[in-house]
Amino acid sequence: MKQFTTHQGIVAPLDRANVDTDMIIPKQFLKSIKRSGFGPNLFDELRYLDEGQPDQDCSQRPLNPDFVLNKSRYQGCSILLARKNFGCGSSREHAPWALEDFGIRAIIAPSYADIFFNNSFKNGLLPIILDEKDVDQLFVEVEANEGYQLTIDLENQQVIKQDGTALAFEIDGFRKHCLLKGLDDIGLTLEHANAIREYESKRKETAPWLFS
Amino acid sequence: MAGKTLYDKLWDDHLVRVNEDGSALLYIDRHLLHEVTSPQAFEGLRIAGRKPWRIDANLATPDHNVPTTERSGGVERIVDPVSRIQVKTLDDNCDTFGITEFKMNDIRQGIVHVVGPEQGATLPGMTVVCGDSHTATHGAFAALAHGIGTSEVEHVLATQCLITKKMKNMLVRVDGQLGLGVTAKDVILHIIGVIGTAGGTGYAIEFGGEAIRSISVEGRMTICNMAIEAGARVGLVAVDEKTIEYVKGRPFSPKEQDWEKAVNAWQTLVSDADAVFDEVVVIRAEDIQPQVTWGTSPEMVTSVVDSVPDPAEMEDPVKREGAERALHYMGLKPKQKITDIQLDRVFIGSCTNSRIEDLREAAAIVKGKKVATTIKQALVVPGSGLVKAQAELEGLDKIFLEAGMEWREPGCSMCLAMNPDKLGVGEHCASTSNRNFEGRQGFGGRTHLVSPAMAAAAAIAGHFVDVRQVNNA
Repeated sequence: MKQFTTHQGIVAPLDRANVDTDMIIPKQFLKSIKRSGFGPNLFDELRYLDEGQPDQDCSQRPLNPDFVLNKSRYQGCSILLARKNFGCGSSREHAPWALEDFGIRAIIAPSYADIFFNNSFKNGLLPIILDEKDVDQLFVEVEANEGYQLTIDLENQQVIKQDGTALAFEIDGFRKHCLLKGLDDIGLTLEHANAIREYESKRKETAPWLFS
Repeated sequence: MAGKTLYDKLWDDHLVRVNEDGSALLYIDRHLLHEVTSPQAFEGLRIAGRKPWRIDANLATPDHNVPTTERSGGVERIVDPVSRIQVKTLDDNCDTFGITEFKMNDIRQGIVHVVGPEQGATLPGMTVVCGDSHTATHGAFAALAHGIGTSEVEHVLATQCLITKKMKNMLVRVDGQLGLGVTAKDVILHIIGVIGTAGGTGYAIEFGGEAIRSISVEGRMTICNMAIEAGARVGLVAVDEKTIEYVKGRPFSPKEQDWEKAVNAWQTLVSDADAVFDEVVVIRAEDIQPQVTWGTSPEMVTSVVDSVPDPAEMEDPVKREGAERALHYMGLKPKQKITDIQLDRVFIGSCTNSRIEDLREAAAIVKGKKVATTIKQALVVPGSGLVKAQAELEGLDKIFLEAGMEWREPGCSMCLAMNPDKLGVGEHCASTSNRNFEGRQGFGGRTHLVSPAMAAAAAIAGHFVDVRQVNNA
């Protein structure tokens, strides 16, 4: 997994609540058997004016000029500012894959749907939770200042503005550790293989029907 | 010390170890797989040179991509090449790793959340995961069940465990008795309308109360299925006689001495009387009427006797903008009566409502009637090959066909339109599925979530009608 330590980048504001995973990556792109290449279809229905198909050359498609990621001032953005309950809907990990493939490294929102939140960490994508009023303020600042950037310091759990003011955020210790080191969960779990086997042998005694 | 909730008990029973930071390694009893979220997981195993930890805990079936029209030509004849590759990849992966799979033309194939319970592969007290958010369905059996992402699919394959954190406990208690014509689907849509699409985020929701007890096991599956639409990964219903009766005699269910032992264990799968929930929501069953969604989030729902709300009357600006955007997308006007919404298509199916009781409910409404001439298509898609066979045994297929509906092969179909069943731009659909997101059922499509009875009644009328006013109801 990709490491995440500190990151500085342009912020793009996606000003709507309950952004669902169908919106992040529509279903016709879930047919891929690969993990990569979803970036051009991120927010496909919002981003383009036509209906997208898998394996299409997206550079030839008509762009929706009103969509935030199409605006010239947000080109090269790597931090997405969003509203509450971001990533609701399905469990498709294609959603964080698409964000990551597009170049997004972190999201800032007041809240996330559970499965999306969890999936993001597995892909080196950092979903940061800030208070609604801080998020509101960031929306104001981003819209007012072209080229608005933020720096994210994971070690110190801070979102740092260009004027040096910092907003602290909480993060689960284990997830932070894995992101900082770029660790693979499976390898870590297999270090406890004996504990898993021990659990299984006890469980076989009490609930044998689960093993037949 | 306070007693335990059902969720607490299931959690404790599956705890392999707790890490220093409070995250835990939870043992997984049943892992269900389908073609969309598994290929990258198998690929990951292969690259790392890992093998599945416990082959017999896995069960697979293709559902999202499979065509629902005649398909005796097999996988090679799936027209869409990318769908074909995905279904073939699942077949190949299951063959390579020795995982039991009900392939496309096996009579046991179907929507993974219909197949698990039907086979007895979902049992009370189990942990059940699948790379699909509607895995919450299996909670109807007092199983701790939830959706996972593809990285976690790989993790479960490799370790039989999940790294996870304990959720909070929420009880949604539905007191009293449901009115005639009010179904499980209406109950869950009403609950989502009350608590909102993020109301259950971070919680495991247990559904309880007199109304839930009176609902059949299949109805409870409908309710738990949509827990995720209220933000909760987990929905649960305690074990009772109905649960045990439903599980009995199914192919994967325990047999002989194991059965007695299992039933004894399962009877403890209820929240203790003195258990403490972090949140309790009380709903009065008598307040629930047949529901219809009007917007692009399941919480945008109202009863069939009501009207589309007026965003101008909403105080919260984010909510108001959301409602305005939704009405624009849906092509609806503020204060328009729900029964004035004209429909183009009807879809009866999905992991929410494609079991035999759902089909019976719909057939009872359409029997002897014809689909309105303004309806372009009314699809009935059974949840599995076995549901289809049972329905045909009961003559339900004939009722649907004589009414002018289409009777299809099992699969996810128009719920998410990954196969050829989809809505056209601007088309309104009365759908028994679970999500009314923009574009969910097809680019520009407009979804209204309803119960099977409401969908059937709408197919006959061409617009929404209160199913309680329909003759056959």
